[in-house]
Amino acid sequence: MLILTCPCCGVTAEETEFHAGGEAHLKRFGPGSSEDEFHDYLFARENPKGVHFERWRHANGCGKWFLAARDTVTLEVYGTYPAQTHEPPQDIKDRISARHPGWTWREFA
Amino acid sequence: MKRYSAFAIAREALRNHTGWERAWASPEPRKKYQAIIIGAGGHGLATAYYLGKNHGIRDVAILEKGWLGGGNTGRNTTIIRSNYLQDPSAAIYEKARSLYETISQDLNYNVMFSPRGVMMLAQTQHEVRGYERTAHANALQGVTTEFISPARVKELVPIINLDGPRYPVLGALWQARAGTARHDAVAWGYARACSDMGMHVIQKCEVTGIRQEGGRVTGVDTTRGAIDCDKLGIVVAGHSGDVARMAGFRLPIESVPLQALVSEPIKPCMDVVVMANTVHGYMSQSDKGEMVIGGGTDGHNNYTQRGSFHHIEETVRALIETFPMVSRLKMLRQWGGIVDVTGDRSPILSKTPVENIYINCGWGTGGFKAIPGSGWGFAELMAKDHAPLCEAFGLERFREGRFIDESVAAGVAH
Ligand SMILES: Cc1cc2nc3c(=O)[nH]c(=O)nc-3n(C[C@H](O)[C@H](O)[C@H](O)COP(=O)(O)OP(=O)(O)OC[C@H]3O[C@@H](n4cnc5c(N)ncnc54)[C@H](O)[C@@H]3O)c2cc1C
Ligand SMILES: [Zn+2]
Repeated sequence: MLILTCPCCGVTAEETEFHAGGEAHLKRFGPGSSEDEFHDYLFARENPKGVHFERWRHANGCGKWFLAARDTVTLEVYGTYPAQTHEPPQDIKDRISARHPGWTWREFA
Repeated sequence: MKRYSAFAIAREALRNHTGWERAWASPEPRKKYQAIIIGAGGHGLATAYYLGKNHGIRDVAILEKGWLGGGNTGRNTTIIRSNYLQDPSAAIYEKARSLYETISQDLNYNVMFSPRGVMMLAQTQHEVRGYERTAHANALQGVTTEFISPARVKELVPIINLDGPRYPVLGALWQARAGTARHDAVAWGYARACSDMGMHVIQKCEVTGIRQEGGRVTGVDTTRGAIDCDKLGIVVAGHSGDVARMAGFRLPIESVPLQALVSEPIKPCMDVVVMANTVHGYMSQSDKGEMVIGGGTDGHNNYTQRGSFHHIEETVRALIETFPMVSRLKMLRQWGGIVDVTGDRSPILSKTPVENIYINCGWGTGGFKAIPGSGWGFAELMAKDHAPLCEAFGLERFREGRFIDESVAAGVAH
């Protein structure tokens, strides 16, 4: 069972209170971008075995979107953080490094 | 290979079963093969089989990180049907369904194909319209299905509760030639036939890297050493993203667990397969008497082969509404498999950005039914670089916006 803490309202709850929203930190590509960029933005996914960054919504709570760093193999949650960020906070990255020295995910490490 | 037959059973009975031979060999990997398939699930093994049988390519190794059939092929609820909506889907699923009718004879291995009929319940007006449309599409595709009345549903499934409480049964899409088969036997039968053609089925051999030179594949690194090849087929279902990364590209795929459970064995009570998409549950009875029950997928990426508990709860709740008698059943086992889901709920059978690497994935929650057809088409693609069955399922369909939308036909996980 997955337990997440919403960084917006501070509530800690079981996964049925939340809604998973797919991969986080996708860079938007719109008009003027190349076909490859637009294709990757829409379809290409990391889908990693291990560290993953994803979007969640506190659907049955405050209703806000936030981001989570989670391990898709152990289901360990490294931390949750506000959606208004371009990069995971350092303390979450440190926690991941303690488990997976040398990890990378897109441009993060 | 010694053939299995009634005569062989009698002969072995007389000599204390001392004459059975191993169904397939466990060879050491060679340094090089003409073609390597990663993944000894049904799709990988069927691909190898038709490479040999239809295209004369027998210098083939099938590399499997665990045991053959230990992925989704040995974890599914074995529903076989071909009542999809779009023409390219009908072509490949119906090819598969029709091959299932003769596969036991072809492989000399009893896969216990049982065309007992599959019914998909319509429990909302929206579903009624959706399935009537599918029945019309199927008529044009030459796939025999019909939309049946609630009375006919009750006649076929006496244990069903038609009146709700939440969602009364308003009818069903019925495919009489659909059914089930023994999932392990499909993997075992193909493996035995591949081994008999001189192919190498190599278990406990995980691919850890893919070698290329000048944009072209040259071989793979494995836990049992490097192996060269001219052509490489990636057929690893839920692990597709992981293996594609080794080759340097990403896929439009997310991996999530899909769960199933079986009950204690009971006397025969239901001789068709029933799927209830609105309440999300489906059920059939195995030859052993267990009720085989399929549930839903997790909403988030997950490689644990377990799945979240609340999905089991939802499925069981739905089934108790539809089949009140199951509330008294004890469940024996529950498990999950990692399924590879695409945005349009259709598979990918395609060339890739790397020359001579081909990928067969994206079957998601419903690829057991497709194994023979997928193997048939994908083998042709690997042998000739072009295959009519696979044409519409290329990776470029995402870039070009040519989706094969099966989100209705595949609405429930199966
Ligand atoms: C619970 C459940 C119920 C289902 N019910 C149905 C159903 O009723 N009807 C239906 O049609 N479909 C159903 N499906 C879907 C169906 O099981 C799959 O689509 C199908 O079995 C996929 O077959 P495959 O050969 O592609 O994959 P798999 O059988 O998963 O085989 C892939 C193999 O690749 C191996 N592998 C992975 N990575 C590596 C590596 N790096 N090196 C070497 N080997 C590797 C794995 O170990 C695995 O054995 C269900 C699935 C699940 C999980
Ligand atoms: Zn909240």
